[in-house]
Amino acid sequence: MKTDSKTVCELRDVTYVYPGEASGRVPGGTPGRVPGGTSGSGGISGQTIPEASETVRPGTRPALSGVTLRVREGEWLALLGSNGSGKSTLAKHLNALLTPTQGDCTVFGLPTNDPLNVFAIRSAVSMVFQNPENQIVGTVVEEDAAFGPENQGIPTEEIGRRVENALRAAGLLAKRKKPTYTLSGGEKQRLAVAGALAMDTPCLVLDEPTAMLDPQGRRELLDVLRSLHEGGKTIVSITHRLEEILHCDRAVVLVEGRIAWEGSIPGLFTHSDSFRKWGLDAPPLVSLWKELRTETNLPMPEVPTLSGMTDSLCRLL
Amino acid sequence: MSITVNGLSHTYHPGTPLETLALDDVSLECGRGEWLSVVGHTGSGKSTLAQHLNGILFPERGTVSVDGMEVREKSPRLRDVRRAVGLVFQYPEQQLFAENVLEEISFAPRNWGIPEERIAALASSALSLTGLDETYFPRSPFHLSGGEKRKVAIASVLSGEPSYLVLDEPTAGLDSWSRRELVSLLVRLKGEGLGIVLVTHDLDIALQHSDSILMLDRGRCVIMDTPGKVMEHLHEHPAPGLHLPEIAALSASLRNADPCAPLTWDWKELKRWVVKRALAAHPHLPGGDS
Repeated sequence: MKTDSKTVCELRDVTYVYPGEASGRVPGGTPGRVPGGTSGSGGISGQTIPEASETVRPGTRPALSGVTLRVREGEWLALLGSNGSGKSTLAKHLNALLTPTQGDCTVFGLPTNDPLNVFAIRSAVSMVFQNPENQIVGTVVEEDAAFGPENQGIPTEEIGRRVENALRAAGLLAKRKKPTYTLSGGEKQRLAVAGALAMDTPCLVLDEPTAMLDPQGRRELLDVLRSLHEGGKTIVSITHRLEEILHCDRAVVLVEGRIAWEGSIPGLFTHSDSFRKWGLDAPPLVSLWKELRTETNLPMPEVPTLSGMTDSLCRLL
Repeated sequence: MSITVNGLSHTYHPGTPLETLALDDVSLECGRGEWLSVVGHTGSGKSTLAQHLNGILFPERGTVSVDGMEVREKSPRLRDVRRAVGLVFQYPEQQLFAENVLEEISFAPRNWGIPEERIAALASSALSLTGLDETYFPRSPFHLSGGEKRKVAIASVLSGEPSYLVLDEPTAGLDSWSRRELVSLLVRLKGEGLGIVLVTHDLDIALQHSDSILMLDRGRCVIMDTPGKVMEHLHEHPAPGLHLPEIAALSASLRNADPCAPLTWDWKELKRWVVKRALAAHPHLPGGDS
């Protein structure tokens, strides 16, 4: 990673407290209950659209505390953390859906707390959320992908070009005339990505985009992200699945609203003992890699990808 | 006591240009306390098969029977069949309808004519099986999280006291945590003596937990055998649309390089073999403690 690359988004000592907490009002009743989400026995948090739920318990602590972070142009940054670690709150700072309670947040140098900057910021950073069902607005695939640029006031011909490119990148060009309800979950999520791409923003932020997808859909979406990254797009992916960050450039781990660790992907995997403490989900392949690495001296790849593990182990035989 | 399917075929839209043979000569057996997984690519006939198991669809050719009761149109035992086989559709939370969780879960037993005084107890025990407690009773099912909604939907089938549970892609759309919880619920139900028929394309779950796996391709049975045998089959004949889980894929690649490598989906088993094999091949390498 070049250190002199341009900064896309920057957070300086950002603290964020959800409004309900500051005013003493607690949404949903008793303090300590997770509003709109789970209480007790787990389950999914219902994280869908920005205002639908917040996974931070009011009355306990700020959602973000003293977060300083720079997203560099062209990098693929993984934002990791368990439920309630503040990763979605942080993501929403990247395109001014939320603004810091304390500290500064800028996108391409523009402070996000100035309402006059919001249009420019949202034209620079687009977001894709978790639930594909909640992000489709059009009845036909290409109409849906055109929604963003239409709202940006882009000329019609240009919209046509952008939509075509976006659908091609998302692998949906063949389905451009199909009704959106005929798409599979994975296709819908790729359509959400296409919609964001059609806005032609230099930076794409994805908040747990694979959480609702099956293994096939997950793989398809990650393939799309990889090729976008190769094409130079700045990507921030939020996830708690370690197998999805193997192709990223850098990882940031959030624990209770603070940055617990930051560094390269191979560097992250040298801290695999902390995964549990950080609330990260280690897939079986990572467990195998970790034990072979720590309990034996067998040469292992730096990062536990399936192809890397296959190569290393086949070479041993 | 089992669900038994013999030579089952089903054609959609017979005699029209849309005629499709969805199931072609499929047979299976799943006893109480057993777990059968039905896997296959989208469109392989999995859901059509599931719908034959409690009389939503009827056999065109072949037979389906549940604990000896034949499933056919206008059979006087159809009600008993439907009571014995609980069916959980894909996205079961879309079928939630009641004002509160208690009403939701009481619907099935009330429908089966179970006396009112027993219903509350049945509802409690069905809900507690899923890991939720009675504090959920007064809550609206629509205000629960995705994972909780699905549990309530499953509890509303369990409260009818079925002997078998047929689930069509129950983990679709769940995050990894909720998925794990759902799988451990199925393991628990199997332990309580329920027969589980799981329709899924998640080979990870199917390999780890089934007693047997039926693999369908374009309506035909490709193989029905133990997870080990199915894994061997998939190694020799990769199936489009069915991806091996990572550990299984790694173990399959190792098998290609060394015929002694285990074909397994269990990372600990694979690790034991790798350590042993690497030590034998490269004694100069400092080996592991294991």
